[in-house]
Amino acid sequence: MEPFMKIKSIVTPLDKVNVDTDQIVPKQFLKLIQRTGFGQYLFYDWRYEQGGIPRKDFILNDPAYKNSKILLARDNFGCGSSREHAVWALDDFGFKVIISTSFADIFYNNCFKNGILPIRVSDEILQKLFSTKSEIEVDLEDQIIMVNNTPISFDIEPHWKKILLEGLDDIAMTLQHESQIAKYERSHKT
Amino acid sequence: MLNITEKILARASGKSKVSPGDVVFVNVDKVMIHDVSGPGVIAVFEKLRKTGMKIDKIWDPERVWVAEDHFVPAADKISAQNIVSLTNFTKQFGIKKHFKYGMGQYGICHTLSHEEAMVLPGEVYVGGDSHTNTTGALGAFAAGLGHTDIAYVLLNGKIWFKIPETLYFKLNGKLPDHVMAKDLILQIIGDIGNDGAAYKTMQFGGTGVSEMSVESRLTLTNMTTEAGAKSGIVEPDQKLRDYLAERGVTKYDEVHSDVDAQYEKIYEYEGSEIEPTVAKPFSPENIAIARDLSSIELDKAYIGSCTGAKLEDLRAAAKILKGRTVKIRTEVLPAAISIFRKAMEEGLLKIFLDAGVVVGPPTCGACCGAHMGVLAKDEICISTTNRNFPGRMGHVESQTYLASPLVAAASAITGKITDPRDLK
Repeated sequence: MEPFMKIKSIVTPLDKVNVDTDQIVPKQFLKLIQRTGFGQYLFYDWRYEQGGIPRKDFILNDPAYKNSKILLARDNFGCGSSREHAVWALDDFGFKVIISTSFADIFYNNCFKNGILPIRVSDEILQKLFSTKSEIEVDLEDQIIMVNNTPISFDIEPHWKKILLEGLDDIAMTLQHESQIAKYERSHKT
Repeated sequence: MLNITEKILARASGKSKVSPGDVVFVNVDKVMIHDVSGPGVIAVFEKLRKTGMKIDKIWDPERVWVAEDHFVPAADKISAQNIVSLTNFTKQFGIKKHFKYGMGQYGICHTLSHEEAMVLPGEVYVGGDSHTNTTGALGAFAAGLGHTDIAYVLLNGKIWFKIPETLYFKLNGKLPDHVMAKDLILQIIGDIGNDGAAYKTMQFGGTGVSEMSVESRLTLTNMTTEAGAKSGIVEPDQKLRDYLAERGVTKYDEVHSDVDAQYEKIYEYEGSEIEPTVAKPFSPENIAIARDLSSIELDKAYIGSCTGAKLEDLRAAAKILKGRTVKIRTEVLPAAISIFRKAMEEGLLKIFLDAGVVVGPPTCGACCGAHMGVLAKDEICISTTNRNFPGRMGHVESQTYLASPLVAAASAITGKITDPRDLK
């Protein structure tokens, strides 16, 4: 994976709670087996009328947010099915950071496997972010979200931070330590 | 002072003690993929191969099993192709436990996990599906993972877990007649919310749970996913041992909570106070008493899925449907061929057909809106399944009410949401 750099972007505010992975990528697209190209199906049933006409009232169709890399969401984002396609679609569409008060567990872990940074913040901070129109900057190294020159710090487990900053995934990370693991296992065989 | 989940994870990571929040590297006992997560894992393997990694074997083919459930019978050309890919995958890596549609026993992955005793008490089990939690009713640690994590387990046989906090749900006394485990778990989700157990274990116990059949317990653990739980679990007891013995398994290493085990919080429920309960669209936490929804007119009743199409669920539906005729379209899809067969032998299929119900093959089908009986715009369905988010069973403007098999069957008779106690 590409190492995670500082991200500066306007934010796309998705003002809904309990957005489940079936909203993120509807089931009809789960059959597709290639890992890339899922961005076109992101929030498909919300983005398009029947017949593939974009819905004007859906935020992702608003040209103002076209190059946004940061998605704002409400409580329990990514609940429901464990489909990793949901994260593949967000990544392919261009989102690198998702900020919410809470995430569903499997979705949260899937994000790190695909180079996306999910950030948990308080209700108060989320509200502040929802009301900002200007660009914000997310600095993972220093764990800071910069909003209108005001820094807001956020927490992240060191393990996940390392994975993103170095562009590792669990499999690559284990490969890094393959020889030590083999040695350890040899020494623990009874 | 460890609870069952902590003890299983401690044992699997070679530690004598763990505490919630600790990150441990555990040995996995069993892993499952199906026709959605399998192709996802294959895609991850392809990506790894592109980076130069050689993948010509997996960790332990004996510990891996494969289900075909979401898109069988093949919904279209792409899903047919995915089944072929899955078959090639199992052949390539020497995975023998592949339950194939049209070749004897097959069914929904979470149903096979208990019908075929694929997972045993005390084990660590991971699956490429969010409802993997179901299997915790067999006294195992069972959790769903994403495709990359499953690929990792397939290659290494290990995975990291953060030891979850445990919420203990104690049921005092039996559930009344006409009330099922489904009603209890909907009530619990209504009380704690869709993310009320986020990254926690939900453990079920108390006299009411001891009295419950293993199948009922599986309904409880199945829907822990809808409260955001990492896993759900019930401690092994004689009922479970008998259940496994019926399936030819008597050797396993049970784990039990210490007497002074710690829980983050204990919730108590009185069995006698639980009523037939329904979750309204568009969230499992959006509950109401079935009687309060008696004016809701329905288009369809669906009795299927890992949540609501076990043998006990079909028996419950048959009890209501016997000698009556349905007023709305009604489908029964047994969750595995073994259940289908028992339903036939017990005469349940005849009851369903006599009532006007269509009986279909085991599949996740319309539960996840994949195919077979999905809902049209504005259609309203009562369903024994587990989720009712927008569009879950079909059109994004269709509606699903989640209920027990008894409530779904009673509603099929009247065409409106009906408490089975009110059926004439």
